Amino acid sequence: MNAALIKEQFPILHQEINGHPLVYLDSAATSQKPRAVLDAVQRYYEWDNSNVHRGVHTLGSRATDAYEGAREKVAQFIGAERTQEIIFTRGTTTSLNLVASAYGPAVLEEGDEIVITPMEHHSNLIPWQQLARRTGATLKYIPLQPDGNIALEDAEKMITDRTKIVAIAYVSNVLGVVNPVKSIAEIAHRHGAVMVVDGAQSTPHMKVDVRELDCDFYAFSGHKMCAPTGIGVLYGKKHLLESMEPIEFGGEMIDDVGLYESTWKELPWKFEGGTPIIAGAIGLGAAIDFLQEIGLDAIHQHETKLAKYATAKLSEIEGLTLYGPREREVGLLTFNLQDIHPHDVATVLDASGVAIRAGHHCCQPLMRWLKASATARASLYLYNTEQDIDRLAEALVQTKEYFG
Amino acid sequence: MQLDDLYRRVIMDHYKNPRNRGKFDDDSLTVDLNNPTCGDRISLQLKLEDGVVKDARFSGEGCSISMSSASMMTEAVKGRTYAEAMELANRFSCLMQGKAVEFDEYEELEALSGVNKFPARIKCATLAWNALKKGIHEEE
Repeated sequence: MNAALIKEQFPILHQEINGHPLVYLDSAATSQKPRAVLDAVQRYYEWDNSNVHRGVHTLGSRATDAYEGAREKVAQFIGAERTQEIIFTRGTTTSLNLVASAYGPAVLEEGDEIVITPMEHHSNLIPWQQLARRTGATLKYIPLQPDGNIALEDAEKMITDRTKIVAIAYVSNVLGVVNPVKSIAEIAHRHGAVMVVDGAQSTPHMKVDVRELDCDFYAFSGHKMCAPTGIGVLYGKKHLLESMEPIEFGGEMIDDVGLYESTWKELPWKFEGGTPIIAGAIGLGAAIDFLQEIGLDAIHQHETKLAKYATAKLSEIEGLTLYGPREREVGLLTFNLQDIHPHDVATVLDASGVAIRAGHHCCQPLMRWLKASATARASLYLYNTEQDIDRLAEALVQTKEYFG
Repeated sequence: MQLDDLYRRVIMDHYKNPRNRGKFDDDSLTVDLNNPTCGDRISLQLKLEDGVVKDARFSGEGCSISMSSASMMTEAVKGRTYAEAMELANRFSCLMQGKAVEFDEYEELEALSGVNKFPARIKCATLAWNALKKGIHEEE
Protein backbone atom coordinates (compact mmCIF):
# COMPACT_ATOMS: atom_id res chain seq x y z
CA MET A 1 0.00 0.00 0.00
CA ASN A 2 1.30 3.43 -0.97
CA ALA A 3 0.33 6.05 1.60
CA ALA A 4 1.52 8.92 -0.58
CA LEU A 5 -0.85 7.87 -3.37
CA ILE A 6 -3.67 7.41 -0.87
CA LYS A 7 -3.02 10.90 0.48
CA GLU A 8 -3.67 12.22 -3.04
CA GLN A 9 -7.28 11.17 -2.65
CA PHE A 10 -7.88 13.39 0.39
CA PRO A 11 -8.41 16.95 -0.86
CA ILE A 12 -8.14 18.55 2.57
CA LEU A 13 -4.62 17.28 3.10
CA HIS A 14 -3.27 19.42 0.28
CA GLN A 15 -3.18 22.80 1.91
CA GLU A 16 -0.79 24.96 3.85
CA ILE A 17 -1.30 25.77 7.50
CA ASN A 18 0.64 28.75 8.77
CA GLY A 19 2.87 28.61 5.72
CA HIS A 20 3.69 24.90 5.96
CA PRO A 21 2.14 21.87 4.25
CA LEU A 22 -0.45 20.37 6.60
CA VAL A 23 0.56 17.26 8.52
CA TYR A 24 -2.62 15.85 9.99
CA LEU A 25 -1.98 13.66 13.04
CA ASP A 26 -5.35 13.83 14.74
CA SER A 27 -7.25 11.02 13.06
CA ALA A 28 -8.24 9.42 16.36
CA ALA A 29 -10.35 12.52 16.95
CA THR A 30 -11.74 12.45 13.44
CA SER A 31 -10.36 11.18 10.16
CA GLN A 32 -10.25 13.10 6.92
CA LYS A 33 -12.55 12.14 4.06
CA PRO A 34 -11.47 10.86 0.65
CA ARG A 35 -12.85 12.20 -2.62
CA ALA A 36 -14.91 9.01 -3.09
CA VAL A 37 -16.87 9.65 0.11
CA LEU A 38 -17.35 13.35 -0.58
CA ASP A 39 -18.59 12.50 -4.07
CA ALA A 40 -21.00 9.85 -2.83
CA VAL A 41 -22.63 12.29 -0.41
CA GLN A 42 -22.74 15.03 -3.03
CA ARG A 43 -24.21 12.65 -5.63
CA TYR A 44 -26.88 11.53 -3.21
CA TYR A 45 -27.99 15.12 -2.59
CA GLU A 46 -27.81 16.03 -6.26
CA TRP A 47 -29.63 12.98 -7.65
CA ASP A 48 -31.27 10.70 -5.11
CA ASN A 49 -32.25 12.82 -2.11
CA SER A 50 -35.60 11.73 -0.76
CA ASN A 51 -36.97 10.29 2.44
CA VAL A 52 -36.61 6.56 2.91
CA HIS A 53 -39.13 3.74 3.40
CA ARG A 54 -42.16 5.79 2.40
CA GLY A 55 -42.02 7.37 -1.04
CA VAL A 56 -43.60 5.48 -3.89
CA HIS A 57 -41.69 7.65 -6.32
CA THR A 58 -38.39 6.83 -7.98
CA LEU A 59 -36.23 9.03 -5.78
CA GLY A 60 -37.81 7.41 -2.72
CA SER A 61 -36.78 3.97 -3.88
CA ARG A 62 -33.31 5.07 -4.87
CA ALA A 63 -32.72 6.68 -1.47
CA THR A 64 -34.10 3.62 0.32
CA ASP A 65 -31.96 1.26 -1.74
CA ALA A 66 -28.85 3.32 -1.09
CA TYR A 67 -29.58 3.59 2.65
CA GLU A 68 -30.34 -0.11 3.07
CA GLY A 69 -27.44 -0.94 0.77
CA ALA A 70 -25.14 0.87 3.18
CA ARG A 71 -26.52 -1.30 6.00
CA GLU A 72 -25.62 -4.42 4.04
CA LYS A 73 -22.11 -3.10 3.53
CA VAL A 74 -21.73 -2.47 7.27
CA ALA A 75 -23.02 -5.96 8.12
CA GLN A 76 -20.55 -7.56 5.74
CA PHE A 77 -17.73 -5.22 6.89
CA ILE A 78 -17.91 -6.28 10.54
CA GLY A 79 -18.94 -9.87 9.90
CA ALA A 80 -22.51 -9.61 11.25
CA GLU A 81 -24.78 -12.48 10.31
CA ARG A 82 -27.80 -10.33 9.50
CA THR A 83 -28.50 -6.76 8.39
CA GLN A 84 -31.20 -6.62 11.10
CA GLU A 85 -28.38 -6.54 13.63
CA ILE A 86 -27.05 -3.22 12.28
CA ILE A 87 -28.65 -0.12 13.80
CA PHE A 88 -27.66 3.24 12.40
CA THR A 89 -27.02 5.82 15.12
CA ARG A 90 -25.34 9.19 15.45
CA GLY A 91 -22.05 7.64 16.55
CA THR A 92 -20.35 5.51 19.19
CA THR A 93 -21.67 7.65 22.05
CA THR A 94 -25.28 7.22 20.93
CA SER A 95 -24.75 3.50 20.32
CA LEU A 96 -23.36 2.88 23.81
CA ASN A 97 -26.07 5.01 25.39
CA LEU A 98 -28.66 2.99 23.51
CA VAL A 99 -27.34 -0.23 25.07
CA ALA A 100 -27.14 1.36 28.50
CA SER A 101 -30.67 2.78 28.28
CA ALA A 102 -32.52 0.03 26.42
CA TYR A 103 -30.73 -3.08 27.63
CA GLY A 104 -29.32 -2.08 31.01
CA PRO A 105 -32.42 -1.40 33.11
CA ALA A 106 -34.12 -4.57 31.85
CA VAL A 107 -31.43 -6.87 33.19
CA LEU A 108 -29.86 -5.09 36.15
CA GLU A 109 -31.03 -5.42 39.71
CA GLU A 110 -29.64 -3.84 42.80
CA GLY A 111 -26.31 -5.45 43.68
CA ASP A 112 -25.62 -6.61 40.11
CA GLU A 113 -22.38 -5.51 38.52
CA ILE A 114 -21.17 -3.67 35.46
CA VAL A 115 -17.48 -4.17 34.72
CA ILE A 116 -15.38 -1.70 32.73
CA THR A 117 -11.76 -0.43 32.83
CA PRO A 118 -10.17 2.89 33.80
CA MET A 119 -8.97 3.39 30.22
CA GLU A 120 -12.47 3.85 28.81
CA HIS A 121 -13.39 6.94 26.86
CA HIS A 122 -16.03 8.98 28.70
CA SER A 123 -18.61 7.62 26.23
CA ASN A 124 -18.00 4.07 27.48
CA LEU A 125 -17.87 5.15 31.11
CA ILE A 126 -20.53 7.73 31.95
CA PRO A 127 -23.46 5.74 30.46
CA TRP A 128 -22.53 2.87 32.82
CA GLN A 129 -21.97 5.22 35.75
CA GLN A 130 -25.44 6.63 35.22
CA LEU A 131 -26.97 3.19 34.71
CA ALA A 132 -25.37 1.97 37.94
CA ARG A 133 -26.79 4.95 39.81
CA ARG A 134 -30.26 4.42 38.38
CA THR A 135 -30.42 0.70 39.06
CA GLY A 136 -28.37 0.33 42.23
CA ALA A 137 -25.85 -1.82 40.37
CA THR A 138 -22.14 -1.64 41.23
CA LEU A 139 -19.66 -0.28 38.72
CA LYS A 140 -16.36 -2.19 38.88
CA TYR A 141 -13.05 -1.52 37.16
CA ILE A 142 -10.56 -4.10 35.94
CA PRO A 143 -7.25 -2.55 37.06
CA LEU A 144 -4.55 -1.75 34.51
CA GLN A 145 -1.04 -3.17 34.42
CA PRO A 146 1.78 -0.63 34.82
CA ASP A 147 2.16 -0.44 31.01
CA GLY A 148 -1.57 0.07 30.52
CA ASN A 149 -2.49 -3.44 29.44
CA ILE A 150 -5.28 -5.55 30.95
CA ALA A 151 -4.28 -8.87 32.51
CA LEU A 152 -6.82 -11.64 31.94
CA GLU A 153 -6.34 -12.83 35.56
CA ASP A 154 -7.64 -9.46 36.69
CA ALA A 155 -10.63 -9.74 34.36
CA GLU A 156 -11.27 -13.23 35.80
CA LYS A 157 -11.25 -11.77 39.31
CA MET A 158 -13.51 -8.83 38.56
CA ILE A 159 -16.16 -10.59 36.49
CA THR A 160 -18.46 -12.67 38.73
CA ASP A 161 -21.86 -14.30 38.58
CA ARG A 162 -23.35 -10.96 39.62
CA THR A 163 -21.87 -9.29 36.54
CA LYS A 164 -24.48 -8.59 33.89
CA ILE A 165 -22.57 -6.24 31.55
CA VAL A 166 -18.89 -6.00 30.63
CA ALA A 167 -17.99 -2.99 28.46
CA ILE A 168 -14.47 -2.46 27.14
CA ALA A 169 -12.74 -0.58 24.33
CA TYR A 170 -11.18 -2.80 21.70
CA VAL A 171 -8.43 -0.19 21.24
CA SER A 172 -7.68 2.54 23.78
CA ASN A 173 -7.83 6.05 22.32
CA VAL A 174 -4.96 7.13 24.58
CA LEU A 175 -2.67 4.19 25.31
CA GLY A 176 -2.84 2.55 21.92
CA VAL A 177 -3.27 -0.88 23.47
CA VAL A 178 -5.39 -3.54 21.80
CA ASN A 179 -7.46 -5.20 24.50
CA PRO A 180 -8.14 -8.96 24.54
CA VAL A 181 -11.87 -8.47 24.08
CA LYS A 182 -12.42 -11.96 22.66
CA SER A 183 -10.99 -13.60 25.78
CA ILE A 184 -12.84 -11.19 28.05
CA ALA A 185 -16.06 -11.96 26.15
CA GLU A 186 -15.50 -15.65 26.95
CA ILE A 187 -15.12 -14.85 30.63
CA ALA A 188 -18.22 -12.64 30.55
CA HIS A 189 -20.28 -15.32 28.85
CA ARG A 190 -19.17 -17.96 31.34
CA HIS A 191 -20.78 -15.79 34.02
CA GLY A 192 -23.88 -15.05 31.97
CA ALA A 193 -22.93 -11.43 31.25
CA VAL A 194 -23.06 -9.65 27.91
CA MET A 195 -19.94 -8.20 26.29
CA VAL A 196 -20.15 -4.65 24.93
CA VAL A 197 -17.22 -3.54 22.78
CA ASP A 198 -16.41 0.09 22.07
CA GLY A 199 -15.01 -0.18 18.57
CA ALA A 200 -14.47 3.53 17.89
CA GLN A 201 -10.68 3.20 17.61
CA SER A 202 -10.47 -0.32 16.20
CA THR A 203 -12.97 -0.41 13.34
CA PRO A 204 -11.17 2.21 11.19
CA HIS A 205 -7.81 0.50 11.50
CA MET A 206 -8.11 -3.29 11.55
CA LYS A 207 -10.24 -6.16 10.36
CA VAL A 208 -13.09 -6.65 12.80
CA ASP A 209 -15.32 -9.69 12.94
CA VAL A 210 -18.04 -9.46 15.55
CA ARG A 211 -18.86 -13.15 15.33
CA GLU A 212 -15.22 -14.12 15.75
CA LEU A 213 -15.02 -11.82 18.80
CA ASP A 214 -18.36 -13.20 19.93
CA CYS A 215 -19.29 -9.85 21.42
CA ASP A 216 -22.93 -9.12 22.09
CA PHE A 217 -22.85 -5.43 21.21
CA TYR A 218 -20.31 -3.52 19.16
CA ALA A 219 -20.36 0.26 18.70
CA PHE A 220 -18.44 2.51 16.31
CA SER A 221 -18.48 5.87 14.52
CA GLY A 222 -18.29 6.61 10.84
CA HIS A 223 -16.33 9.83 11.07
CA LYS A 224 -13.20 8.15 12.40
CA MET A 225 -13.15 5.85 9.35
CA CYS A 226 -13.33 8.28 6.44
CA ALA A 227 -17.14 8.73 6.58
CA PRO A 228 -19.02 11.92 7.46
CA THR A 229 -19.75 12.98 11.03
CA GLY A 230 -23.17 12.16 12.46
CA ILE A 231 -23.35 8.50 11.42
CA GLY A 232 -22.46 5.54 13.59
CA VAL A 233 -23.44 1.96 14.17
CA LEU A 234 -24.65 -0.27 16.93
CA TYR A 235 -24.32 -3.96 16.20
CA GLY A 236 -26.22 -6.24 18.53
CA LYS A 237 -27.01 -9.93 18.52
CA LYS A 238 -30.50 -10.36 17.15
CA HIS A 239 -32.07 -12.03 20.18
CA LEU A 240 -30.77 -9.24 22.43
CA LEU A 241 -31.95 -6.43 20.19
CA GLU A 242 -35.32 -8.14 19.89
CA SER A 243 -35.68 -8.26 23.65
CA MET A 244 -35.03 -4.53 23.96
CA GLU A 245 -37.63 -1.78 23.86
CA PRO A 246 -37.00 1.30 21.72
CA ILE A 247 -35.95 4.45 23.55
CA GLU A 248 -36.93 6.93 20.84
CA PHE A 249 -40.46 7.02 19.58
CA GLY A 250 -41.95 8.74 16.55
CA GLY A 251 -41.99 8.38 12.81
CA GLU A 252 -40.21 5.59 10.95
CA MET A 253 -40.10 3.15 13.85
CA ILE A 254 -43.76 2.20 14.17
CA ASP A 255 -45.83 -0.69 12.94
CA ASP A 256 -49.30 0.39 13.98
CA VAL A 257 -50.30 3.46 15.97
CA GLY A 258 -53.55 3.67 17.91
CA LEU A 259 -54.84 6.42 20.14
CA TYR A 260 -53.59 4.71 23.26
CA GLU A 261 -51.25 1.99 22.11
CA SER A 262 -48.73 1.40 19.37
CA THR A 263 -46.52 -1.37 18.08
CA TRP A 264 -43.05 -1.22 16.61
CA LYS A 265 -41.45 -2.14 13.36
CA GLU A 266 -39.12 -5.08 13.23
CA LEU A 267 -35.39 -4.85 13.66
CA PRO A 268 -33.46 -2.77 12.89
CA TRP A 269 -35.99 0.00 12.26
CA LYS A 270 -37.61 -0.03 15.68
CA PHE A 271 -34.45 1.69 16.94
CA GLU A 272 -34.34 4.27 14.16
CA GLY A 273 -37.09 6.72 15.06
CA GLY A 274 -37.39 9.79 12.82
CA THR A 275 -35.88 10.42 9.42
CA PRO A 276 -32.56 8.63 9.55
CA ILE A 277 -29.11 9.95 8.68
CA ILE A 278 -29.46 8.94 5.05
CA ALA A 279 -26.55 10.83 3.50
CA GLY A 280 -24.34 9.84 6.41
CA ALA A 281 -25.13 6.15 5.96
CA ILE A 282 -24.44 6.42 2.23
CA GLY A 283 -21.15 8.16 3.02
CA LEU A 284 -20.31 5.35 5.45
CA GLY A 285 -21.04 2.80 2.74
CA ALA A 286 -18.68 4.64 0.39
CA ALA A 287 -16.02 4.79 3.11
CA ILE A 288 -16.29 1.03 3.63
CA ASP A 289 -15.84 0.47 -0.12
CA PHE A 290 -12.84 2.78 -0.06
CA LEU A 291 -11.21 1.04 2.92
CA GLN A 292 -11.93 -2.44 1.64
CA GLU A 293 -10.47 -1.69 -1.74
CA ILE A 294 -7.18 -0.86 -0.01
CA GLY A 295 -7.68 -3.71 2.44
CA LEU A 296 -7.97 -3.48 6.21
CA ASP A 297 -5.01 -5.79 6.69
CA ALA A 298 -2.84 -3.57 4.49
CA ILE A 299 -4.00 -0.48 6.41
CA HIS A 300 -3.24 -2.17 9.71
CA GLN A 301 0.21 -3.25 8.57
CA HIS A 302 1.00 0.23 7.32
CA GLU A 303 -0.03 1.77 10.63
CA THR A 304 1.85 -0.80 12.72
CA LYS A 305 5.00 -0.09 10.72
CA LEU A 306 4.50 3.64 10.97
CA ALA A 307 3.77 3.41 14.70
CA LYS A 308 7.05 1.55 15.16
CA TYR A 309 8.88 4.21 13.18
CA ALA A 310 7.21 6.96 15.20
CA THR A 311 7.95 5.25 18.52
CA ALA A 312 11.63 5.05 17.61
CA LYS A 313 11.68 8.62 16.33
CA LEU A 314 9.97 10.11 19.37
CA SER A 315 12.08 8.04 21.77
CA GLU A 316 15.15 9.81 20.39
CA ILE A 317 13.86 13.13 21.69
CA GLU A 318 15.30 13.78 25.11
CA GLY A 319 12.73 14.74 27.70
CA LEU A 320 9.83 13.13 25.84
CA THR A 321 7.68 10.72 27.86
CA LEU A 322 5.76 8.22 25.78
CA TYR A 323 2.76 6.62 27.55
CA GLY A 324 1.52 3.07 27.05
CA PRO A 325 3.41 -0.05 26.05
CA ARG A 326 6.61 0.25 24.02
CA GLU A 327 5.40 -2.21 21.44
CA ARG A 328 2.29 -0.94 19.76
CA GLU A 329 0.23 -2.26 16.90
CA VAL A 330 -1.85 0.85 16.43
CA GLY A 331 -0.87 4.35 15.45
CA LEU A 332 -1.67 6.16 18.68
CA LEU A 333 1.18 7.95 20.42
CA THR A 334 0.40 9.80 23.61
CA PHE A 335 3.23 11.78 25.15
CA ASN A 336 4.44 14.76 27.10
CA LEU A 337 7.46 16.86 26.29
CA GLN A 338 9.44 17.83 29.38
CA ASP A 339 7.24 20.00 31.53
CA ILE A 340 5.87 21.95 28.58
CA HIS A 341 2.10 21.90 28.74
CA PRO A 342 0.57 19.89 25.87
CA HIS A 343 -1.50 22.91 24.82
CA ASP A 344 1.66 24.86 24.31
CA VAL A 345 3.18 21.93 22.43
CA ALA A 346 0.12 21.73 20.18
CA THR A 347 0.13 25.47 19.52
CA VAL A 348 3.80 25.51 18.57
CA LEU A 349 3.34 22.43 16.39
CA ASP A 350 0.37 24.07 14.69
CA ALA A 351 2.59 26.99 13.80
CA SER A 352 4.64 24.45 11.80
CA GLY A 353 1.52 23.00 10.18
CA VAL A 354 1.46 19.86 12.36
CA ALA A 355 -1.98 19.09 13.83
CA ILE A 356 -2.08 17.00 17.00
CA ARG A 357 -4.49 16.73 19.91
CA ALA A 358 -3.78 18.06 23.38
CA GLY A 359 -5.85 17.65 26.50
CA HIS A 360 -7.49 14.82 28.41
CA HIS A 361 -8.84 13.03 25.30
CA CYS A 362 -12.19 12.45 27.03
CA CYS A 363 -10.40 10.11 29.45
CA GLN A 364 -10.15 11.96 32.75
CA PRO A 365 -9.93 8.81 34.93
CA LEU A 366 -7.13 7.49 32.71
CA MET A 367 -5.30 10.83 32.91
CA ARG A 368 -5.38 10.52 36.71
CA TRP A 369 -4.03 6.99 36.41
CA LEU A 370 -1.20 8.30 34.20
CA LYS A 371 -0.67 11.09 36.74
CA ALA A 372 -0.84 13.62 33.94
CA SER A 373 -3.36 16.44 33.90
CA ALA A 374 -3.18 16.45 30.13
CA THR A 375 -1.17 14.85 27.35
CA ALA A 376 -0.37 15.40 23.69
CA ARG A 377 -1.43 12.76 21.19
CA ALA A 378 -0.40 12.08 17.63
CA SER A 379 -2.68 9.61 15.88
CA LEU A 380 -2.02 8.06 12.50
CA TYR A 381 -4.10 6.79 9.65
CA LEU A 382 -3.69 5.31 6.21
CA TYR A 383 -2.73 8.63 4.62
CA ASN A 384 0.20 9.34 6.97
CA THR A 385 3.77 8.80 5.85
CA GLU A 386 7.22 8.61 7.42
CA GLN A 387 7.73 12.21 6.26
CA ASP A 388 4.80 13.22 8.47
CA ILE A 389 6.51 11.60 11.45
CA ASP A 390 9.77 13.35 10.58
CA ARG A 391 7.94 16.68 10.50
CA LEU A 392 6.40 15.90 13.88
CA ALA A 393 9.77 15.04 15.38
CA GLU A 394 11.41 18.18 13.96
CA ALA A 395 8.62 20.36 15.26
CA LEU A 396 8.92 18.77 18.70
CA VAL A 397 12.62 19.50 18.83
CA GLN A 398 11.88 23.12 17.84
CA THR A 399 9.23 23.29 20.56
CA LYS A 400 11.81 22.27 23.12
CA GLU A 401 14.19 24.94 21.91
CA TYR A 402 11.41 27.50 21.94
CA PHE A 403 10.51 26.84 25.54
CA GLY A 404 14.08 25.97 26.52
CA MET B 1 6.42 35.32 13.77
CA GLN B 2 2.92 35.02 15.19
CA LEU B 3 4.09 32.56 17.83
CA ASP B 4 6.29 35.19 19.37
CA ASP B 5 3.23 37.41 19.73
CA LEU B 6 1.71 34.63 21.77
CA TYR B 7 4.67 33.71 23.89
CA ARG B 8 6.15 37.06 24.79
CA ARG B 9 9.03 37.00 27.23
CA VAL B 10 6.87 38.41 29.97
CA ILE B 11 4.44 35.49 29.60
CA MET B 12 7.24 32.98 29.88
CA ASP B 13 8.56 34.82 32.89
CA HIS B 14 5.22 34.60 34.67
CA TYR B 15 4.87 30.97 33.64
CA LYS B 16 8.27 29.98 34.94
CA ASN B 17 8.23 32.25 38.01
CA PRO B 18 4.58 32.55 38.89
CA ARG B 19 3.64 35.28 41.34
CA ASN B 20 1.21 34.54 44.17
CA ARG B 21 1.18 30.84 43.55
CA GLY B 22 0.07 28.86 46.55
CA LYS B 23 -2.65 28.81 49.15
CA PHE B 24 -3.54 30.85 52.21
CA ASP B 25 -3.69 28.85 55.41
CA ASP B 26 -7.13 30.11 56.28
CA ASP B 27 -10.70 30.00 55.09
CA SER B 28 -10.29 32.67 52.44
CA LEU B 29 -12.88 32.71 49.68
CA THR B 30 -11.92 29.97 47.22
CA VAL B 31 -13.12 29.69 43.64
CA ASP B 32 -12.42 26.48 41.71
CA LEU B 33 -12.86 26.65 37.98
CA ASN B 34 -11.88 24.29 35.24
CA ASN B 35 -11.86 24.23 31.53
CA PRO B 36 -13.67 20.99 30.72
CA THR B 37 -12.54 20.87 27.12
CA CYS B 38 -8.85 20.88 27.91
CA GLY B 39 -8.44 20.03 31.58
CA ASP B 40 -6.96 23.30 32.84
CA ARG B 41 -7.84 23.87 36.48
CA ILE B 42 -7.46 26.85 38.75
CA SER B 43 -8.15 27.33 42.40
CA LEU B 44 -8.19 31.02 43.18
CA GLN B 45 -8.16 32.34 46.72
CA LEU B 46 -9.17 35.90 47.45
CA LYS B 47 -8.86 37.98 50.60
CA LEU B 48 -11.74 40.38 50.25
CA GLU B 49 -12.17 43.07 52.90
CA ASP B 50 -14.11 46.31 52.96
CA GLY B 51 -14.81 46.16 49.26
CA VAL B 52 -11.16 45.71 48.39
CA VAL B 53 -9.18 42.77 47.01
CA LYS B 54 -6.51 42.72 49.69
CA ASP B 55 -4.63 39.69 48.43
CA ALA B 56 -4.93 36.82 45.97
CA ARG B 57 -3.30 33.45 45.43
CA PHE B 58 -3.80 30.73 42.90
CA SER B 59 -2.95 27.09 42.40
CA GLY B 60 -3.80 24.69 39.62
CA GLU B 61 -2.62 23.05 36.47
CA GLY B 62 -2.57 24.41 32.99
CA CYS B 63 -0.70 25.67 30.00
CA SER B 64 1.68 28.62 29.95
CA ILE B 65 -1.11 30.98 28.88
CA SER B 66 -3.55 30.06 31.64
CA MET B 67 -0.95 30.00 34.40
CA SER B 68 0.84 33.19 33.35
CA SER B 69 -2.50 34.94 33.00
CA ALA B 70 -3.42 33.84 36.53
CA SER B 71 -0.08 35.09 37.83
CA MET B 72 -0.55 38.50 36.19
CA MET B 73 -4.16 38.77 37.24
CA THR B 74 -3.34 38.23 40.93
CA GLU B 75 -0.67 40.93 40.68
CA ALA B 76 -2.96 43.31 38.83
CA VAL B 77 -5.95 43.17 41.16
CA LYS B 78 -4.25 43.40 44.52
CA GLY B 79 -5.34 46.51 46.37
CA ARG B 80 -8.14 47.32 43.95
CA THR B 81 -11.75 47.87 44.89
CA TYR B 82 -14.30 45.36 43.61
CA ALA B 83 -15.44 47.88 41.00
CA GLU B 84 -11.90 48.53 39.84
CA ALA B 85 -11.14 44.83 39.67
CA MET B 86 -14.31 44.11 37.70
CA GLU B 87 -13.53 46.96 35.35
CA LEU B 88 -10.06 45.53 34.83
CA ALA B 89 -11.60 42.12 34.09
CA ASN B 90 -13.90 43.68 31.50
CA ARG B 91 -11.02 45.49 29.89
CA PHE B 92 -9.15 42.19 29.77
CA SER B 93 -12.12 40.64 27.91
CA CYS B 94 -11.86 43.47 25.39
CA LEU B 95 -8.17 42.71 24.96
CA MET B 96 -9.06 39.10 24.20
CA GLN B 97 -11.50 40.28 21.56
CA GLY B 98 -8.66 42.03 19.79
CA LYS B 99 -9.57 45.55 20.89
CA ALA B 100 -6.82 48.03 21.64
CA VAL B 101 -6.89 48.62 25.37
CA GLU B 102 -4.30 49.88 27.77
CA PHE B 103 -3.49 48.80 31.27
CA ASP B 104 -1.77 51.72 32.89
CA GLU B 105 -2.20 50.03 36.26
CA TYR B 106 -0.35 46.91 35.18
CA GLU B 107 1.14 47.07 31.72
CA GLU B 108 2.33 43.47 31.66
CA LEU B 109 -1.24 42.38 30.92
CA GLU B 110 -0.83 43.79 27.43
CA ALA B 111 1.66 40.97 26.75
CA LEU B 112 -1.36 38.70 26.48
CA SER B 113 -2.80 40.68 23.56
CA GLY B 114 -1.32 38.16 21.10
CA VAL B 115 -3.70 35.50 22.43
CA ASN B 116 -6.61 36.96 20.46
CA LYS B 117 -5.01 35.65 17.27
CA PHE B 118 -5.24 32.13 18.68
CA PRO B 119 -8.97 31.62 19.24
CA ALA B 120 -8.46 28.18 20.78
CA ARG B 121 -6.34 29.72 23.53
CA ILE B 122 -8.55 32.63 24.60
CA LYS B 123 -10.33 30.45 27.15
CA CYS B 124 -6.95 29.63 28.68
CA ALA B 125 -6.20 33.31 29.24
CA THR B 126 -9.63 34.15 30.64
CA LEU B 127 -9.89 31.25 33.12
CA ALA B 128 -8.31 33.12 36.05
CA TRP B 129 -10.28 36.28 35.30
CA ASN B 130 -13.52 34.32 35.25
CA ALA B 131 -12.59 32.90 38.64
CA LEU B 132 -12.00 36.44 39.92
CA LYS B 133 -15.37 37.67 38.65
CA LYS B 134 -17.11 34.67 40.19
CA GLY B 135 -15.39 35.30 43.52
CA ILE B 136 -16.35 38.97 43.68
CA HIS B 137 -19.94 38.17 42.63
CA GLU B 138 -20.18 35.64 45.43
CA GLU B 139 -18.93 38.17 47.96
CA GLU B 140 -21.22 40.97 46.82
